[in-house]
Amino acid sequence: MAGASSWSFREEDSNRIHVILSEFLREANARTGMIVDRTGQMVAIVGEEPSFDPTAFASLTAADFSANDQLARMIGEPEFGSLFHQGEKESMYLADIARRVILVVLFDNRTTLGLVKLRVRQTVLDLRQVFEDMFNRGTADEKPPVETGFLGEAEDELDKLFGA
Amino acid sequence: MSMINYASREINCKLVYYGPGLGGKTTNLEFVFNKVAPNSRGKLISLATETERTLFFDFLPVDLGTIRGFKTRFHLYTVPGQVYYNASRKLILKGVDGVVFVADSQIERMEANIEAMQNLYDNMAQHGYNLTTIPFVVQYNKRDLPNAATLKELQAALNPGWPVDDAAKQRVTPDPYHEGEFLVEQVDGTWIERAPYFEAVAMTGDGVFDTLKAVSKLVLKSLGS
Repeated sequence: MAGASSWSFREEDSNRIHVILSEFLREANARTGMIVDRTGQMVAIVGEEPSFDPTAFASLTAADFSANDQLARMIGEPEFGSLFHQGEKESMYLADIARRVILVVLFDNRTTLGLVKLRVRQTVLDLRQVFEDMFNRGTADEKPPVETGFLGEAEDELDKLFGA
Repeated sequence: MSMINYASREINCKLVYYGPGLGGKTTNLEFVFNKVAPNSRGKLISLATETERTLFFDFLPVDLGTIRGFKTRFHLYTVPGQVYYNASRKLILKGVDGVVFVADSQIERMEANIEAMQNLYDNMAQHGYNLTTIPFVVQYNKRDLPNAATLKELQAALNPGWPVDDAAKQRVTPDPYHEGEFLVEQVDGTWIERAPYFEAVAMTGDGVFDTLKAVSKLVLKSLGS
């Protein structure tokens, strides 16, 4: 593929993430766990379905994390491994996973930052393993992402959407 | 770096609009936002200053629908045009699948165009991406203005072509969008390739969809290769 390396996300990856995050949400008493890719795409949502637009949320999360990465470098840190945004009722905790994706935890007054941080440590390690396995397996054994006919149909849709 | 999510059966592609300040990048996105059916697009997010200059980026997701079982979506981003926001410009290029360079046709903006193009090459290289191998199109915006430079001048300054070393690619390739012109051709004994270009007046929407459609098609093609 042109540009940067691409990666694919399979059903079994999704299942492993769901198991890890469900367990974490229960232990930390948090509401929602999300995995966002560093380029700004939502990979997985576990727990309470958020009421906001997840696509926009993912792009802003990635930008937030990237901007803070640069700030870290300016003060002489290689990175900020985690970020915390505190609201009056709702708060969010973000943690880097394997330098490729971001774990976002949404929680409210039913829990505390301390408990979230305590429980998130193992979760980050477990998720890192899942993503490292995913990136290391490469794409060689992957079925082609787009089968014959995909391009033609996609072009037809483009013409419909943007005018022929 | 399009991500293919087999679990949720989604393909997401990232397109970035790059170019000098006040060239019309945000206007391109606003036109798309206003013209595409609301059920085919998400919210337009703008991280802008109080004077409506893009501070970090604008973002607009556009749904192509479900194709062969995959929900296919384009994520459109703009970068800030002003040079002092270079750090955020660079961040937005991370994982880009296709680039649209929006040039300001006004003759007075030629230098700003060249500077932004050089900056695009540099920032892409810093991510390890090569602009000559990823889907890339150039849009000459503001064609309606009386002080617009000629296409010939703009092409010579901004899209003169890069050398084609791969013998397999050294074939005369007509430009599908301009009769009698070529995307790949031999000039003074050297094979060169140019990015497809489009004329536009983003304020009225002229050329906006042509540009977007061309870069989207190139990105979709790159998925299969």
